[in-house]
Order: sequence, then C-alpha cells, then structure tokens
Amino acid sequence: MNTLHTVNKSPFERNSLSSCLRLAAAESSILLFEDGIYAALQGTEFSETIQTALATHSIYVLVPDLQARGMSLEQVIAGVQAVDYAGFVDLTTTHYPIQAWL
Amino acid sequence: MGVTKKLLYLNRKAPHGTIYAQEALEVVLIGSAFEQDISLAFVDDGVYQLKKQQDTKATGMKNFSPTYRALDDYDVNKLYVEQESLAARGLSAEDLIVPVQVLSSAELAALMATQDVVFSF
Amino acid sequence: MAIEVNGKVLETDEEGYLNDLADWSEEVAHSMAAKDGTELTAAHWEVINFLRGYYEEYQIAPAVRILTKAVAKSLGADKGNTQYLYSLFPEGPAKQACRYAGLPKPTGCI
Repeated sequence: MNTLHTVNKSPFERNSLSSCLRLAAAESSILLFEDGIYAALQGTEFSETIQTALATHSIYVLVPDLQARGMSLEQVIAGVQAVDYAGFVDLTTTHYPIQAWL
Repeated sequence: MGVTKKLLYLNRKAPHGTIYAQEALEVVLIGSAFEQDISLAFVDDGVYQLKKQQDTKATGMKNFSPTYRALDDYDVNKLYVEQESLAARGLSAEDLIVPVQVLSSAELAALMATQDVVFSF
Repeated sequence: MAIEVNGKVLETDEEGYLNDLADWSEEVAHSMAAKDGTELTAAHWEVINFLRGYYEEYQIAPAVRILTKAVAKSLGADKGNTQYLYSLFPEGPAKQACRYAGLPKPTGCI
C-alpha cells in the first residue's frame, strides 16, 4: 500500500507542505485538511506547487474544512480530489502507513 | 477618563486552525469598552479571518465570522488589510465580509509606526 | 450546574446561562424568570427576541451599551435607553435578558 501524507497547516505559515512534497515518495497520496486546505486553492502563490505535485501524487482536500474557511469546490485546483469525513476514513484504510506533517 | 491611546490589533493567523483569531476578536470587543482609538490590521493568513461565506456546520465548530460585522456597533471601524497578503492568496476586498481599507505594506508600516501599542495575535 | 424545565435537565454554566443554545424554548425563559420572581410580559419578550435575532445575525451576545444602542435603532429611543431596559431587567438588561434568551453571557461585560 502507498503512504498517506496528511498536511493540516497553512503553506503560508509553516513549511509542512514543502517538507511533505520534498520527502514524499512518488505515487504516495496527500490529504490537505484544516488550515492545509489553503494550499488546494487556485490563484495563490502555492497553486503552481500543487499543480506540479499532481503529476506524481494523488492529492485530496477535506470539504468540510474548505467550507468552514469560506472556500468552495469551484476554487479548488483541477485534479485535487474532494473528500468528506467518510472519504477521509476510506483513505486511512486504503493507505499504509499514515504520516502526519504537523 | 485618561488619555486616549492608539491601539492596533495585528491579526496574522487563519481563523479556525488555532484559537488566536477568535481570542483576538473577543479581546477587541471587550477592550472597546475603554474608548481608545482602536485599529485592526489583517496581514498574512490573518486576511483569511475575513473571508466571506464561512460555513463551519459540518465541522461542529463555532462560526464567529459574522461577529466581525458587529464591530461597527462596538465603534470599531478602522479595519486595514494588507494588499500584498491578499494578492498572495488570490483574494481581493470583495471576498471579505466587512468593508476594509486595503493598504500596501509601506502604508501599513507607516500606520503601525504611529501606534502607541500593537497587540499581536 | 443544571436547571430542570418540564422534567428535562438542561446544563448551564455557574451563572445560569444555558450551555447549549439548542436547549432553549419559551418555557425555559418563563421558568428562569419565574425563579427570579419575574413574570415575562410582551415588553420583556420584545427585548428577548431582539437579542436572539442579534445573536442569530452576529453570533454574539452584545454588551449592555451595544444593546441599548441597537434597541434604540431598531425599536425606538423610548425603548433604547438604560432606564427602560433596567426597569424590565433589573439584574442588568444584557446579562439577565441574555440568560432568558438562552444566549451566553454578553461579550464585553466587565
């Protein structure tokens, strides 16, 4: 099974996302949640980083955390997949191990 | 009452990941009773605090973003947002829940330099 | 702490404010007021409903000076003054009315 990396920090405030992308093996998956969702949006300084990463990783974003922050699915970068809480649980059962980038 | 001081609350954190934003808002509301010259500045991820259409229902957290609209009732109406922070996040003043004055970094720096106290959140 | 209304136990904080806004009903307000020896009149309800509306819109229980100003704006100056509001809620209009309205203790009450 592939690794699931989770990122819950804003890319503008911490280097969690950049460290994750630097050290995550190809084909591993990345879930953006809590303040990590800010990386999943179009038109930011990090949009290009995510677009590039999509070539080698499946990237997911947790929808309730998007909505809480006033963002909608239409603003998410194409190719980033939306998941709800049930989808989050599914990801944890289809990946191993799970690595949190705090 | 004593001398009126110029107080600036500097908000730099995203709204829901940490407690800073909500605590800052509460301090501002309570502090407004002392009738000082209050300004709020939103820079870095702090600009996300003012994003429209926040809906926290699915997360089970409190949505305190409508409270920014009550600031005017509390006579807190000097709200400044840094243009560079908005731009880095693909946002503009129209994305924000309250009317604000958008300032460049240089303009904000000048404003900060005139304050008696800057509270950091 | 807790109060009992119609056989249902509702959790409150140590000052008697409901922990969960969703527990509120008109009966809760009546029961809280009765315990204070107050009978709620239409004038009380006008303020209680105003506060619930304010909370719904801003997600905040206003401090007394804000309440007074906002009531004046919406219900008229004859009601938006401290004398009138204190006559209805002698414990303090924001504090007491918020409690009856099921809201948290007002922000900015010092």
